[in-house]
Amino acid sequence: MPAPQRDIISQSGYRAGPDLFKILCQGAALVTVLLLGWIIYEIVESAWPSIQKFGLDFITTSAWVPNRERFGVLPFIMGTLASSLLAILFAFPLGVSIAIFLSENFLSPSIRQTMRFVVEMLAAIPSVVYGLWGIFIIIPIVKAFGDWAVASLGGFPLFSGPAYGNSLLTASVVLAIMILPTITAISRNALAAVPKTLREGTYALGATRWEAIFSVILPTAAPGIVAATILGLGRAMGETMAVAMLIGNSSRLSWSVLSPSGTLAGLLANQFGEAQGLQVNSLMYAALILIAITLFVNLIGEAVLRHTQKATAGIR
Amino acid sequence: MDSIASYSLGFFNNDPSENTKVIARSLKNRILSGICIALSLLTMVPLISIIFLLLKKGLPLLGLNIFTELPPAAGMAGGGFGNAIIGTLAMVGIGLAISGPAGILSAIYINEYSPASRLAQAVRMVAKLLTGIPSIICGVFAFAVVVMATGTFSAYAGGLALAVLMLPTIILTSEQALMGVQSAYREAAYGLGATRFQAIARVVLPDAFPAIMTGVMLAVARAAGETAPLIFTALFSQFWAKSLNEPTASLSVLIYNFSTVPFPHQIAMAWTASLVLVAFVTLANITAQTIFSRRH
Amino acid sequence: MDFGASDAAMSDEEIAKVPSGVVMIPATAGEIVFAYNLPGFPGIKLAREVMAGIYLGTVTKWNDPAIVKANPDLKLPNLAIQVAYRSDGSGTTYVFTQHLSAISAKFDDEVGTDKSVTFPVGVGGKGNEGVTALIKQSVGTVGYVEYGYAKDNGLLMASLQNKSGNFVAPDIASARETLSNLELPTNLRIWPVDPEGASDYPIVSFTWLLLYKKYPNAEKLKALKEFVNWSLADGQSFSESLGYVPLPAPVVEKAKAALSTIE
Repeated sequence: MPAPQRDIISQSGYRAGPDLFKILCQGAALVTVLLLGWIIYEIVESAWPSIQKFGLDFITTSAWVPNRERFGVLPFIMGTLASSLLAILFAFPLGVSIAIFLSENFLSPSIRQTMRFVVEMLAAIPSVVYGLWGIFIIIPIVKAFGDWAVASLGGFPLFSGPAYGNSLLTASVVLAIMILPTITAISRNALAAVPKTLREGTYALGATRWEAIFSVILPTAAPGIVAATILGLGRAMGETMAVAMLIGNSSRLSWSVLSPSGTLAGLLANQFGEAQGLQVNSLMYAALILIAITLFVNLIGEAVLRHTQKATAGIR
Repeated sequence: MDSIASYSLGFFNNDPSENTKVIARSLKNRILSGICIALSLLTMVPLISIIFLLLKKGLPLLGLNIFTELPPAAGMAGGGFGNAIIGTLAMVGIGLAISGPAGILSAIYINEYSPASRLAQAVRMVAKLLTGIPSIICGVFAFAVVVMATGTFSAYAGGLALAVLMLPTIILTSEQALMGVQSAYREAAYGLGATRFQAIARVVLPDAFPAIMTGVMLAVARAAGETAPLIFTALFSQFWAKSLNEPTASLSVLIYNFSTVPFPHQIAMAWTASLVLVAFVTLANITAQTIFSRRH
Repeated sequence: MDFGASDAAMSDEEIAKVPSGVVMIPATAGEIVFAYNLPGFPGIKLAREVMAGIYLGTVTKWNDPAIVKANPDLKLPNLAIQVAYRSDGSGTTYVFTQHLSAISAKFDDEVGTDKSVTFPVGVGGKGNEGVTALIKQSVGTVGYVEYGYAKDNGLLMASLQNKSGNFVAPDIASARETLSNLELPTNLRIWPVDPEGASDYPIVSFTWLLLYKKYPNAEKLKALKEFVNWSLADGQSFSESLGYVPLPAPVVEKAKAALSTIE
């Protein structure tokens, strides 16, 4: 019986293929997992001289003076936090409104479809194009607002002058537009996941649409909206080009939203190309802090999101 | 259908004060709807403004020479950004050549071979975390690995940075694509005596292919528009690239460089480059969605 | 690499690191100006303490008494001064901060001299063009750029007070005046940090060609010498149209002598 035997041989010959393929896939998976570690390792290694020299003072001092080899990123950390929090402040009401708009039936499906398209387009526009647009549209608007604000509200530290076009406020306004799609998409999913039964039950009790939205739908979707906001915050903190083009890239601490400011990502974008010696190490250290902050924020966002999905999975 | 419930309540209620309350509730309802719609429509303003400016400022210079000539020096007229288009395509190509196989193979492992294994869970988590890492960090990584080692800015460094950027998108979308393949197909393949490899290669992958391509195109669209990973890995060049191991121009870095100059011609060129870039990214996105919707 | 060029000459330590030795040859010269955007107010005069004060953030209004004092004829507006500086490392920043450090001890102490420094005020722009763009963008802005950029873009330029107390407007003639008053040392490295002549423009510097002392390839050496000789002779006539300052004859002589030492 030679034929079947050949079959077995050829089959095992095939098996050499699949086993190899499995090893290949496993290898790729392993590389992916190690990649994050590799990224962090490379950055820590390159940052090491700076970490040794400055330690935690790097985070708490506000000097970035390459010619004197003094490096501290406090202003950039504060700028990162301030610009992204301010962006959230602008984007949150808009994002949640659009999410409600998209998940409720105020208007015809075709209008909702258009709205969805608008949000998707906003997500597709490259950061550098937002920067270019911001230079020509948002800077003059913010400058005009700033001049008015300094004249009439200059007493408040938040609006103390002089008002610059390249400022924290300018960067935050553009950031808000950029993170809108993130907030909208995740919030919409959270709203859409509110069980129909809950919604209909509320209407049956005689509630108007907005009574239903405020008393039942939003509270039920709240954890998801919170997650959306946190993930939007993470996105804003890491956003680089538009911010670097608009914020003025200053390394000073200031209370005024009309002053130039700086972010960690912007610092890296501006200085890496021509940095030397300890400055490179310090930029790597700054990159490490940026990774730590964004990973932390994203982990919290993901955790809230996962918790939400589990919580709403029960009622259906 | 806005407030049928409240109106009907009103009909059956004879107390006039109750009636005004209902009208007040209905009015409040309408006002809130109006605010919500107004805020939503407000979002259209920036998009319309961006598209309008792209067309108004970008179209005048759009011509064939844009694709065949080199960027103009400061204060000079004419020119184009052919080298930047080639540079962007080359670096996205390098990125795809690395992240495509790595991402799809990883996805096959975590969905087909051992979905519940620790390695698979780790891949999913790392992919999630990588999507949250700022794109400039990809550039910092490529700077440390390639630029500091070779001593020169290069298309390789830029390509590696883009690969890191694209990888998580490709893994996560490919996994979704593979999950979408009905398990009956796999079982039928095994039933016919196929090995795991044969089932994957002949049945699962062909079925999931369009959805995987969707993910790949989304990753390409995102990478093409990115600037931050390129500014200190590929840097920029005024000239046609002679090799991949030298500073390389890209559309996005050209826009960045030309956006903060006082020369009107270069600024106009930045707008034209933006128009080309947005058109390319939109085209890639639309391709991705067409592939996707054709399947579903 | 066969040769380089820089606004910031190499230091002795840097030269010591090059095994084949270095010869620095001044190729052209440039001046750095205080360019500003204040339509209707050309030729504002800035005293020495005002120049430093603007970049230290102590002079914040265009009608600051210190500015008004030097410009009694102008009705300067009560407008905030917005400061622009180079966010990238540059020879321009080096030369500029070197001068401010020389004329103000406070500036030397708080900011210092380098290719990239941290100013206590203002907004950064990338390159001469970035700073020029910032100045054009909003009224009230002042920034330091190379003369050519300010001229080509029609920016107003301040007259600066020099060491002998006179206010000098930036132009090719005043910069040439500064250069011809210089005594060049044998290595040709000189920074006119704070020139003393009565009509000298105060912020001027050479751009150097950085050459090796020895070139193994005779053909390359010949081509290089021809190029440098051309730039020192006929090439100088192009300087002015590009906003640079043609080298005075004595400097050209010394540069040619230095070139002949290369082998």
